[in-house]
Amino acid sequence: MRSLFRFLIRNYFLMLFLALEAFSLVLIVSFNNYQRVTFFNSSNDLVGTVYEKFSHFDDYFSLGQTNAHLAAENAFLHKQVQMLLRNQEKITINRPDTVEAPAYVFTAAKIINNSTNKQFNYITLNKGSRNGIRPDMGIINDQGVVGVITNVSANYSTGLSLLNKRLSIPAKITRSNYFGALVWDGEHSNSADLKEIPFHITVNVGDTVVTSGYSNIFPEGITIGTIKTFDVESGTNFYNIKVELSTNFRTLKYVEVVQNTKRSEIIKLESNNTGE
Amino acid sequence: MIKDLGKYAIMFVALVLVQVLILNNIQVSGLINPYVYILFILLLPFNIQGYLLLGFSFLIGITVDVFNGTPGVHAGATVLLGFLRPSIARLVSSREIIEKGSMPNLTVLGFANFLKYTVIAVLIHHLFLFYAEAFSFGDFFETFLRYIISSVFSILIILGSQFIVFKN
Repeated sequence: MRSLFRFLIRNYFLMLFLALEAFSLVLIVSFNNYQRVTFFNSSNDLVGTVYEKFSHFDDYFSLGQTNAHLAAENAFLHKQVQMLLRNQEKITINRPDTVEAPAYVFTAAKIINNSTNKQFNYITLNKGSRNGIRPDMGIINDQGVVGVITNVSANYSTGLSLLNKRLSIPAKITRSNYFGALVWDGEHSNSADLKEIPFHITVNVGDTVVTSGYSNIFPEGITIGTIKTFDVESGTNFYNIKVELSTNFRTLKYVEVVQNTKRSEIIKLESNNTGE
Repeated sequence: MIKDLGKYAIMFVALVLVQVLILNNIQVSGLINPYVYILFILLLPFNIQGYLLLGFSFLIGITVDVFNGTPGVHAGATVLLGFLRPSIARLVSSREIIEKGSMPNLTVLGFANFLKYTVIAVLIHHLFLFYAEAFSFGDFFETFLRYIISSVFSILIILGSQFIVFKN
């Protein structure tokens, strides 16, 4: 026993190294998955605060761009309001049903940390559970789909960016209404792969790809991008489709978090089918 | 070591902030991810106690991990570097310099030895880091390309910073 003790003392440098390395490896293996432990992501309040402070400072450099962007979105919304007003005049009999709550609720949030250069990219937002953000809500902006919330603290939330190979989004081609799964290709911040589209469908370069709404996370019809290239892999029945993403992930600043108020009801109903 | 504690504390905070706020945002098609914070481990005094060397290595690694949301990836790489640092130091400097316990910087080691010191350290640290981050050997060559290019940039930035800080 004493000699073992002496051995440990003499080789404490090696022993300490092995202990710390083993601890690190356990962390890597246990937590490097889709849902990460809350402490190790930037929704933890200390890290969130540092990122938010820096984001305030960083904002000044892109004020012009952000303004132009908001102005463009304003103009678009004005146009929609005008159109809706005109339509409303035509349909006056159809009174809104006040019992029916809207299926999707949007919360504006600001991105305080965002990466595009990793294989698994994550986004940190400045809104948390106090603002009604919950895991599994979608993140979009006016350009298209951005990601999905995974972890929430009181004041911050983090989510998978669309530029994360662990995220797969049900998507469909608007022209044919066929749906597949959209997964990032891990290469460029502006392209992703659309999988599971059978090759008997006609596909054209430039076709729009939107969310299918089957995930209960995103509303149907949110733009994802347009088809850039496609080919058929030999020996498979599916296309290899490259989609050019409509969202510019490198200049993201403001996003909206989408809540599907009917999601829990839908999931409960669907689980009845699989349960005995 | 004790009298330099303040200096090292400032260096620790500064390097972590530069890493997570600036360098992690360099975006050239995902190929270039320089990790320069390991300069902190390189610059710890030659005669530092082993447990302090490993302890500080682990601390800076786990700090960067918390900011990056990559539990254990950086910590594993920095602990490995901390463990091998005494051997690398023996390779690039004489026994007297090591026993005197000065800071292994550009002025003390000279350019050729400091370059060797940096290159070996960066290559070891980044090799562990990039494969642990990819979490598979699936895209072996793609990861290898990112590893090599990022290493070159890390080495250049570390050398550049030394020229700025220790000009004379």
